[in-house]
Amino acid sequence: MKRYILRRLIHLVPLLFGMTFISFIIIHIAPGDPLTKLKMNPEVSPETIELMKKTFGLDKPVIVQYFYWLKNILTFNLGESFTYHVPVSSLIKQRLVNTISLSIFSIFLTWIISIPLGVYAGLRDKRWQEKLLSFIAYIGISLPSFFIAMLLVFFAAKTMVLPIGGTRSLFSENLSIFARFMDYMRHLLLPGLSLTLAGIGSLYRLTKNNFLESFNSPYVVTAYAKGLPEHKILFKHVLRNAINPLITIFGYELSGILSGAALVEVITNWPGMGRLILEAVLSQDIYLVMASLLISGILLILGNLFADIMIAFADPRVRLR
Amino acid sequence: MRTFLRRLRKTNKIAYFSFWILVLLYLSAVFADLISPYPYDLQHRDYPLCPPTFLHFFDKEGKFHIRPFVYNMKLVNPSLNTYEIDYSKIYHIKFFVKGPKRKILGIIPSERYLFGVEDGGKIFLFGTDMHGRDIFSRILYGARISLSIGIVGVSISFLLGLLIGGISGYFGGKIDTFLMRVVEIIMMFPSFYLMLALRAVFPTNLSSVQVYLLIVVILSLIGWASLARIIRGMVLSLKEEEYILAAKSLGLSTPRIIIRHLIPNTFSYTITALTLSIPGYIIGESALSLLGLGIQEPYPSWGNMLSVTIGNLRILTTAPWMLIPGFFIFLTIISFNFLGDALRDILDPRKW
Repeated sequence: MKRYILRRLIHLVPLLFGMTFISFIIIHIAPGDPLTKLKMNPEVSPETIELMKKTFGLDKPVIVQYFYWLKNILTFNLGESFTYHVPVSSLIKQRLVNTISLSIFSIFLTWIISIPLGVYAGLRDKRWQEKLLSFIAYIGISLPSFFIAMLLVFFAAKTMVLPIGGTRSLFSENLSIFARFMDYMRHLLLPGLSLTLAGIGSLYRLTKNNFLESFNSPYVVTAYAKGLPEHKILFKHVLRNAINPLITIFGYELSGILSGAALVEVITNWPGMGRLILEAVLSQDIYLVMASLLISGILLILGNLFADIMIAFADPRVRLR
Repeated sequence: MRTFLRRLRKTNKIAYFSFWILVLLYLSAVFADLISPYPYDLQHRDYPLCPPTFLHFFDKEGKFHIRPFVYNMKLVNPSLNTYEIDYSKIYHIKFFVKGPKRKILGIIPSERYLFGVEDGGKIFLFGTDMHGRDIFSRILYGARISLSIGIVGVSISFLLGLLIGGISGYFGGKIDTFLMRVVEIIMMFPSFYLMLALRAVFPTNLSSVQVYLLIVVILSLIGWASLARIIRGMVLSLKEEEYILAAKSLGLSTPRIIIRHLIPNTFSYTITALTLSIPGYIIGESALSLLGLGIQEPYPSWGNMLSVTIGNLRILTTAPWMLIPGFFIFLTIISFNFLGDALRDILDPRKW
């Protein structure tokens, strides 16, 4: 197990290296060098420019600049935001918490809703229950997350049942910690539900297909033949084998979840990383864009690592390979 | 093509239906300026946020009209944008009515419109936006952008993917390891963030044509990675097939093997993968335009038509018909999904 995790970690090093390089390159394919761009921006003071020049080596060749930049990110110095006049890392910190809580909330909801539905549909395969569920799942897969968010905002605005936008109510400072947490959760509901509804369809379909595949395999026949009770077969043999691939796919789906979360954040006005990078792009705040891109990639890598470790726990074959 | 359609009709009714919906959508995009009752940028100043017009067959006395007609809307309260139906006069729907001059398909100048109403009447099938522009017409024009970007984007990604995946799978070794690492790194960024970061490289004020090309380039730069991986996998497995060995031992040239034997065998899989990846490009364009980074006003795309509703709850609640473009995005995507899945079932060689 230890060796497995270690190997995974070593595998990440070139990936991380490549990601920082790509983040860096993207900014540098832009016409004009960053220094002249900084000078043209009236919001940037000459002192900031001087400081940036020093810490990021902006007057040196591009490759040297990359290593300057790499050295800086390793010490969590991501540069200065030109529009907010604060270090980028402090801006990202608050937003990162909101994006992570949004993603975890919706991933959790998606899993506890779609797995039972998938198993149920697997048991009722080719009957009307499965056909109905699969048709609804098709609709869910085909609705873009931003449109689901728009529809939910519309209903929330019409019915006034859910707060729209922000992470807390107006006077929440006076509340107790528990009440403040509940207030946060209430605000999380709208973006969280949008993202969940967007994700249920595909996970449902995967669960159903895996369940069916596992259900039709020889070891299930063996289990029936030796007279095991049905519930034992379903939960111990079929379900466990059906869920394993889902954990592997989790890492893959995470990319979509993070992208979806970013769009949903913009629509429902949830202050997360997605809105941050949009604001940064609109105000041409290059260092903030670069940092957001990199952080989102690292988030995805960590998610994948988590999935890899989970699958090693769940599946001995992976562990021993 | 015909046998394919027949098979589709027999095996999968929904996919068959989806196919014709897509044909209809693409045709209406091509002939947008013929079908739409108004030009996309014509502002009806007296009708901001006007609700959809309904077609009637029976008038107030219950008399039946063979030719459907509409009533005009009257703005009762300009500050709240409330409208009332004006029952005093009926306007019949007519074909080939006169309107402002425009060029059909950019070539044929004409002032006739396929359909419209008698003089003085207005027909807004899906309502109007806050500038009083007809949403139905704008959806037809917007379809040109939103629908074509899927096809163009997929084609470019496919070419890139074919080239890079092909090289990777054919040569193997160090080239393969390197290229697949690059693919892996690109796929390790959430596409939304990568899309926005790439967009940040370019200025925000570009002409419509530049923006269109830019969106295609950005989406293809992100999309080629997964296609390259698929194609590489296919090339790797096909390389080992016996008929390739047979072709080689018969002394066929490498290009001939690739063109006559390798590529046709990848078709069934790539066509499915392409059909199923088109929705991603449509969503990508909509998302960029929605955020104000894509197609700019006054030219419509399905994404930027939705953008006014973001953070503007008053417009959203008083004029929910502003969300109609979203249903068109949905309709297109679900049709592509149904069709793609049916293609997979039909083209799957294991089934024969």
